[in-house]
Amino acid sequence: MFELLGVPPQALFGQLLLGLINGAFYALLSLGLAVIFGMLNVINFTHGAQYMMGAFAAWMLLQYAGLPFWVALVVAPLIIGLTGIIVERLLLSRLYHLDHLYGLLLTFGLALIFEGLFRKQFGSSGLPYQNPLPGGVNLGFMFLPWYRGFIVMFSLVVCLGTWFLIERTKLGAYLRAATENPQLVQAFGINVPRMITLTYGFGVALAGLAGVLAAPIYSVTPVMGANLIIVVFAVVVIGGMGSILGSIVTGFGLGIVEGFTKVFYPEASNTVIFIIMAIVLMIRPAGLFGTQR
Amino acid sequence: MKSNDSLMILALAAALAVAPFFIYPVFLMKVLCFALFACAFNLLIGYVGLLSFGHAMFFGFAAYVSGYTVKTWGFPTEIGILAGMLVSAALGLVAGLIAIRRQGIYFAMVTLALAQMVFFFCVQAKFTGGEDGIQSIPRRALFGVIDIRNDFTLYYVVLAIFLAGFLVIYRTIHSPFGQVLKAIRENEPRAISLGYKVDNYKLLAFVLSAALSGLAGATKAIVFQLATLTDVTWQMSGEVVLMTLVGGMGTVLGPFVGAAIIIAMQNYLAQFGEWVLVIQGVIFVTTVMLFRRGVVGEIGAYLAKARGTAKE
Amino acid sequence: MRGTFKAAAAAALLSAGSFGAQAQMTDGVIKIGVLTDMSGLYADFTGQGSVWSARKAVEDFGAAAKGIKVEVIGADHQNKADISSNIARQWFDVDKVDVIVDLVSTTTALAVNSIGREKNKVVLVSGAATSDLTGSQCSPNSIHWVYDTWSLANGTGNALAKTADGKSWFFVTADYAFGHALERDTSAVVEKNGGKVLGKVRHPFPGQDFSSFLLQAQASKAQVIGLANAGGDTTNAIKQAAEFGIVQGGQKLASLLIFISDIHSLGLKTAQGLTFTEAWYWDLNDNNRAYAKEFAPANKGVQPSMVHAGVYSSVLHYLKAVTALGSDGDGAKVISKMKEMPTEDRLFGKGVVRQDGRKIHDMYLFQVKKPEESKGPWDYYKLASTIPASEAFRPIEQGGCPLVK
Repeated sequence: MFELLGVPPQALFGQLLLGLINGAFYALLSLGLAVIFGMLNVINFTHGAQYMMGAFAAWMLLQYAGLPFWVALVVAPLIIGLTGIIVERLLLSRLYHLDHLYGLLLTFGLALIFEGLFRKQFGSSGLPYQNPLPGGVNLGFMFLPWYRGFIVMFSLVVCLGTWFLIERTKLGAYLRAATENPQLVQAFGINVPRMITLTYGFGVALAGLAGVLAAPIYSVTPVMGANLIIVVFAVVVIGGMGSILGSIVTGFGLGIVEGFTKVFYPEASNTVIFIIMAIVLMIRPAGLFGTQR
Repeated sequence: MKSNDSLMILALAAALAVAPFFIYPVFLMKVLCFALFACAFNLLIGYVGLLSFGHAMFFGFAAYVSGYTVKTWGFPTEIGILAGMLVSAALGLVAGLIAIRRQGIYFAMVTLALAQMVFFFCVQAKFTGGEDGIQSIPRRALFGVIDIRNDFTLYYVVLAIFLAGFLVIYRTIHSPFGQVLKAIRENEPRAISLGYKVDNYKLLAFVLSAALSGLAGATKAIVFQLATLTDVTWQMSGEVVLMTLVGGMGTVLGPFVGAAIIIAMQNYLAQFGEWVLVIQGVIFVTTVMLFRRGVVGEIGAYLAKARGTAKE
Repeated sequence: MRGTFKAAAAAALLSAGSFGAQAQMTDGVIKIGVLTDMSGLYADFTGQGSVWSARKAVEDFGAAAKGIKVEVIGADHQNKADISSNIARQWFDVDKVDVIVDLVSTTTALAVNSIGREKNKVVLVSGAATSDLTGSQCSPNSIHWVYDTWSLANGTGNALAKTADGKSWFFVTADYAFGHALERDTSAVVEKNGGKVLGKVRHPFPGQDFSSFLLQAQASKAQVIGLANAGGDTTNAIKQAAEFGIVQGGQKLASLLIFISDIHSLGLKTAQGLTFTEAWYWDLNDNNRAYAKEFAPANKGVQPSMVHAGVYSSVLHYLKAVTALGSDGDGAKVISKMKEMPTEDRLFGKGVVRQDGRKIHDMYLFQVKKPEESKGPWDYYKLASTIPASEAFRPIEQGGCPLVK
């Protein structure tokens, strides 16, 4: 067998798989951002906080209601989506007539509030959440915990399901039409404002879902989403906001790139995505899958 | 309108000149540094319509540069501040070249991501001292004669720097260059069709804003005698947005007022620890929802309205 | 400004003097400022608990009965050097604070350390870890009370490298000065004991996903994986190590800096078997338990950390020194009095403060209990061994502190 820069191929396969797992989170989060952006033209800065809230929701469901992970996987995103709907109805919807930057500023403020409240309530050291699928399988080249395998499969299903919903169903067709020309769609008797609300709720629920998935492997802390969201922003810029599929592919792809960086030059693994972003912007300002607006 | 402005600026300068007799000078210096930072930021958002969410990279990196040149290389204070400013301008040129390829929300995200990259660089780089930062930066006599170890003296130096930076911004806004910037903000396609090289104008404004942010950061490093990671975090970028928003985007005095409000709040709410973040968020949200013109903008609008009704 | 302050202080001294029998405290009051992390990453083992501990020390000292007025105030430094430096200057210059205690992150401690020196006040550090405070940055106005990076590295490295299955190490290190220092100090100890460092990987700070680095550590077949990081990085790494079955695979995890609140957040199931060094544990003896019994109800049911205990101990000793001296005006004098007097309190027992500002006491090597060994929340540690005071800290001549001649 060949060796690449002194790293045996077995180790490389392992890192590839791990990268894919991280990519699953990037994909879920950037997908949520893309869905929201497509419909509302708002960059949802609260996304990271909502991801954090998803993890906390799972913890609270377990702690206070005794509901296990598998129930939380369904219930927690619904709760987070509901909070998103409230935010949209009460606040965001009043800003649509203004510059889109105000949406960004509003959601930034909200992120601070959510983060601050959770810090106040739960402290910053984090809370324990047990792994619902302990153990794993030895693949020969690496030990794969069941749960990590589950994350990849599950998020892939969710991502492709979302893509199918938006690109291949009638509901999705309405949605895309409403993005292009809201007045016209409204004239056809479709309640566009409600569709916007539900879209925001759905995008936020995706963030919540990612949070629930993260709870068993990452520390559940109020700041868990704060730094992640910026990486996801970079992922979104690289992919371009043009297509749903684009955000999924970029998410997984960048996870893998980051995984390789951790083997060959670990010191740069935090920055590699930003560097790629800068390069992509120089060559293709609209992003890999985007169309210049 | 313009004479009105200069009157206000003179009044502000006069008030600032006597302020340290009543208020703790170190606190005032902090306000001035952040006010300059916010003014520099306002140049972009208020007059070019570009929301940079990564301005901390200029502010914080300049602090490191000025701290390092003064402490480790032993250069005089004024060289340190100048070096910080120049390096920030250079950084602004690079970041600007990348970022101005996108507009609006994308621009905000790109600047944010670039700033995060600078942050990670500062965490790992040797010369920044990582978590420790650069500590105990000496306050060397300015131009070899002015002893700035005394807070009181240093205050007037900082005030001079602030006013200089402030006037540069003011002059820029009211120059033909500033008029083109405003035209770009109002209607970019039209500015392009009029034959303006829009990107060059934007880039120049970006570099200027970066340099002045650097000036503010470099000065702050001298005042507090330290340069740390705090100033390069994205939270710092968010803070300067908040200051400008609260004071009033696109107003001359807004950023100063906003900086004063936010710094005072942080200072006097320090014992409420946990709540500072929440309160900042609430201010953010209320301003966006209800007072989009900010304090100065709302007062201006009120006065204009009052004048309007008086005329009738 | 300094002039007016001195004048005010002198006036206060005069007026205090006119009361006669009272000790000569500047402005008649000893003002203790607890500058700590109330909202950030470290708030759980410092924060309000530190303020409570300072107040408790004042109460136990019996200040009121002795006719000495003591005031305790607290503020949040948010782990930011500029905020802490701003508050410290204002406290010293305007609010007449005499001593600042706690100081959690390295940056804030170093910043206030130099301000205290410049203004000749007293700085008693409990929360921060950097050994520089008693090394190159040591000051005649500061004491470093509880622990430092050297003592942690030394305690854990020594104890493990002496055992047969602790000879080969692999480090997972946070890529910044603090992580490098921990890694360097521990490597030295391990090698001194005949151990070997097989490799290391530097992870970016802050990190979230450690699986990649842990796999590299696993592949190295080292007996011990040393985590040279702190806070969220450490808890994430431990959580993921459990997921990948690293401990079950026969490798040992050694965390070089961890607090009881971190163990609490991990849960015993994940953290069991972890070995580390600390200066104090609430369930170690009757005195500590008695303190914890008072502490917990006042602090949301949380048990005190070693930092809380350190704040208590340092404030108590400070008050003793000031009373013995009869004045709190000259910070350097107070500190030399504190170094002169042996320390004694109910939490740390007997000890001394060294010339370089290092407070000396025993350190302990703990191991996290298995879930079935624990009687309930906060019952987490098993004492593995005691590191005697004489060996627990860096020998004074190796620190490079300019105060030591």
